[in-house]
Amino acid sequence: MLSLNRVSKYYKVGTFGGKELAAVRDVSFDVDAGEVVSLIGESGSGKTTIGKMVLKLIDISRGSITCDGQDVTGLHGGAVKSYYRHVQGVFQDPFSSYNPIFKADRVLTMIRSEYFSDMARSEWNDKVDAALRAVTLDPGQVLNKYPHQLSGGQLQRLLVARALLLDLKILVADEIISMLDASTRIDVLNLLAELKGRGMGILFITHDLSLGNYISEKTVILRHGVIAEMGATDKVFGNPTHPYTKALISSVPQLHKKWADVDAEILARGGADTGTCLFHQAYPPTAPVTGKGAVKQDSSDLPPTLVKVEDDHYVGCFDLGAATCQVA
Amino acid sequence: MSSVIASEPKAEQAPQSPGAAAAVPTPKPRGEFLYFALRSRKFLIASTILLILVGIAVLGPIIDSTNPNAQDGLMNQGPSLKAGYWMGSTSFGEDVFSQFANGLRATFFVGLLGGGLAALVGMAIGFTAGYRGGWIDEILNMVTNVFLVIPTLALLIVIASYLQRSWPEARGILFEAIFVGLTSWPWAARAIRAQTFTLRSRDFIDLAKLSGRRGWKIILQEIAPNMSSYLFMTFILLFGGAILIAASLDFIGLGPTNGMSLGLMMYNSLNYGAALFLGLWWWFIPPGIGIMATVGALYVMNVGLDEIFNPKLREI
Repeated sequence: MLSLNRVSKYYKVGTFGGKELAAVRDVSFDVDAGEVVSLIGESGSGKTTIGKMVLKLIDISRGSITCDGQDVTGLHGGAVKSYYRHVQGVFQDPFSSYNPIFKADRVLTMIRSEYFSDMARSEWNDKVDAALRAVTLDPGQVLNKYPHQLSGGQLQRLLVARALLLDLKILVADEIISMLDASTRIDVLNLLAELKGRGMGILFITHDLSLGNYISEKTVILRHGVIAEMGATDKVFGNPTHPYTKALISSVPQLHKKWADVDAEILARGGADTGTCLFHQAYPPTAPVTGKGAVKQDSSDLPPTLVKVEDDHYVGCFDLGAATCQVA
Repeated sequence: MSSVIASEPKAEQAPQSPGAAAAVPTPKPRGEFLYFALRSRKFLIASTILLILVGIAVLGPIIDSTNPNAQDGLMNQGPSLKAGYWMGSTSFGEDVFSQFANGLRATFFVGLLGGGLAALVGMAIGFTAGYRGGWIDEILNMVTNVFLVIPTLALLIVIASYLQRSWPEARGILFEAIFVGLTSWPWAARAIRAQTFTLRSRDFIDLAKLSGRRGWKIILQEIAPNMSSYLFMTFILLFGGAILIAASLDFIGLGPTNGMSLGLMMYNSLNYGAALFLGLWWWFIPPGIGIMATVGALYVMNVGLDEIFNPKLREI
């Protein structure tokens, strides 16, 4: 349903914007109806950037995003508004998602004034009640209150209810439970599972491997703006192929290890157990990837970014820095 | 705030839980502002002072229709109700109360028009530059900086001196207010731009975009309400600033030639009336107090309004 095709985001940096900084490079994946895709990566890996590009909050430098076959990259004005009817987002910090000087239910009335301005008052109230019940909120408890009078979990669920008022197909959930405590966490997770059951596609952005494992059908591991590994969740977690994924999964139970240490650890081991780069084994860097005799992943003329390990399981170049990409 | 609460009936301060807010019987947003405004002591005191001053400015010239520039009365009279000079007379025989009331009128006029004009220009440029960013911001910022480094008072002195010769009719308080307004907006534009920058990257702006809102609707309905007390403060500072700049111009003799203002009163008293030498304190003290009270009351009002606008500063 939602499809990203070699999406890239570059920022101009330096004096007069002379240099380019790649936040996201050649990322391609699909989110289908009734499917949760978790986008996992450390801070700065570009996962939030991808979510914002899907929501058209920032522009795409290269590539395209399509929704139901329609290219959404060039949408403007009213077309964007109707795109938002089907694609919505919920962000990480529930407290900064609300304008602090207005009552929290203003996020709902804003939807009414923009999308349902001709709907009768009673009909609208029924719709709001239904949406709030769907996220297990008591309308009497959350309506007509200021954001600082509600808890983080209530605010976050209210935002999901806001999205449910629309004819939603894709929900971008950007770290929506990282700021919640453990007891409300499971409520929101179960809510996402229920939405999935209704046929909604969810892009679940997180830095927490266990959450991704818990909820998603498909996992995309992102590293420095590039997909390291991608595929069915059980395959990625059951048979991690990329050295980065391996290191991530092996570091999960160790409470006192930070993610930033992962790269250093792999490099300290001298890349000994990283194995041969499967990607460059399939596509040797010396061979031309375009033109005659090119090894092609698909029909496009662009060089491939991932190599197939098994069915529904892809991996990128093993490059982690100095000498870890061991080309055959 | 706490002292205000202490004076309230006990029934209203009894609930301590977060649900206490629901007990306040003010569901409508406008009624809510009024409700908290009437409980803010700072706001009440400041608005009382301003109301009195505005009352003098509006009603004074109606009650006492003496021409403030008529030099036909008794000279050097001290304030007394019997002699008909409520606030005394000048060394030219002019009525000080009439001058004060008319001068206050001019002061409020200059403040409202000059400050309002500067606030409008500052907001338009600040919001546009801060929200749009990119090359629009670069250009608007450059224009702002150019205006910022122009020495305003010197420019106004040049303009006023030029007009004195070539277009004497323009030497009224209307043109004074317009010139002051068009030269005092740059710092306001910069401040609003900076504030807009910090607000535009907040999640609730993204959420408003996701609700189908764009451009000016977001500026007016999301960003501006968030800094409403800030904008009001900007207006107050510009209001006070316009009054002070106008008073400075008047005081150095470049004020309106066909009217009266508080600055002009001080200029006349010290330069022509020898008020200091003759000890005519009732001639130059009232305009000074008038300017100080107006600007001071506006400042205190702003602090009170911050508590009214920002629900987080309220204590129920």
